[in-house]
Amino acid sequence: MLLKRFIPCLLLKENGLVKTVNFKNPQYVGDPINTVRIFNEKEVDELVFLDIEATPKNREPNYKLLSEIANECFMPLAYGGGIRTFDQAKRIFEIGIEKVIINSALYKNPKLITQIAQIYGAQAIIASIDVKKSLFGKLNCVSNGGRVKENVQILDWVKNLESLGAGEILITSIDREGTWEGMEYELIRSTVQSTTLPVIANGGAGCVEDLRKAVYDCNASAVAMGSMVVYQKKGFGVLINFPERGKLLL
Amino acid sequence: MITIIDYGMGNLGSVQNMLKRIDAPCQITSEPELILKAEKLLLPGVGAFDAAIRRIDELGLRDVIVKKATYDKIPVLGICLGMQLLTRESEEGHLKGLGLVPAITKKFESAPGLKIPHMGWNYVKRNMPSKLSENFTDDFRFYFVHSYRVICDKNENSILKTNYGGEFDSGIQNENVYGTQFHPEKSHRFGMQLLSNFSKL
Repeated sequence: MLLKRFIPCLLLKENGLVKTVNFKNPQYVGDPINTVRIFNEKEVDELVFLDIEATPKNREPNYKLLSEIANECFMPLAYGGGIRTFDQAKRIFEIGIEKVIINSALYKNPKLITQIAQIYGAQAIIASIDVKKSLFGKLNCVSNGGRVKENVQILDWVKNLESLGAGEILITSIDREGTWEGMEYELIRSTVQSTTLPVIANGGAGCVEDLRKAVYDCNASAVAMGSMVVYQKKGFGVLINFPERGKLLL
Repeated sequence: MITIIDYGMGNLGSVQNMLKRIDAPCQITSEPELILKAEKLLLPGVGAFDAAIRRIDELGLRDVIVKKATYDKIPVLGICLGMQLLTRESEEGHLKGLGLVPAITKKFESAPGLKIPHMGWNYVKRNMPSKLSENFTDDFRFYFVHSYRVICDKNENSILKTNYGGEFDSGIQNENVYGTQFHPEKSHRFGMQLLSNFSKL
């Protein structure tokens, strides 16, 4: 039986780890290498690193830091942030990171997925979609860290990314991100139902029950955790932690 | 000393790091002369079957690996695609495999609700006793990413089984030649145990 995956989703800003709320107000939470070591000890399923500045500042991924991270990881690793070209993805794979996460670049150049998949395989590509509620309560796809509204329907876009050759879908609710208030469950459910690809649900998990709901009720293949794994609890100080494994199993 | 064969498919940093962590000396090489002197061989790999076999042939490594495995009988471990290369052939390609284990590689048959590739953490069950899986307990889980799977001709060569829409051979052995479909180097202490078992062979 394939197990559900519980994935710490860690945000990079320069050489440090930060945590945001609704993609804003990044707070420093520690050193990435130390954090990886702690998650090795906790035997977490997988790690996701997202560089939150690479796309908005139009800069390259921080290959040096990523290579240090990759060397410390005894678990699968995915990286996103600033990937716009095949060659950048290639460099990420060469560092020893097995999956690239691509988001903003796909709205302009969806074929990028196909190009990468043909050489590295679909399993190496996570297509990421950020979703934000409009003033009228409608969920929209947004890019560039929530700054640009994209003119596509969410589920159409999911299907499109699948047919282009993505291997996984990461779906993030900006409105929920960092809030601890629970996830966007209907969005997770409808995303899972619209694709045969594994879906990683992200944004808003504040307790084990939220995580379980995403994977066991909404049937996501994996769930990402942010605040929960870097803070003691809501409004408290930094503490890199991970829920007891027994509480996460079916 | 474990000699990791570098034929240009996939990164070798993580397997090297894990061997370092368990104090198992290793070297990475694509030189036939060094491989001829090896005490143990590790054949990693991600990517497509034919692309890998082509690289191995271009580097002149096929005969060297086969000689080390069948005449010198040193321990050989293939990981993921590296395990599939040990079989006679694969549905993924047309080129001949190394043929060191009586088995073939076939695509997972798709079934409703069964996502392919088989990607994520899954358990393994010991099917035949083997030194490679010594000290494994029921909770041992490993990280898998693959769309093709190995089918052994004979049950005796299947040392580990994993369930994904039915059981498949996730660990194989033919005398001194071993293979794992999963990635020990990405599987925490479970992978360390396996690599440590291999390093002590």
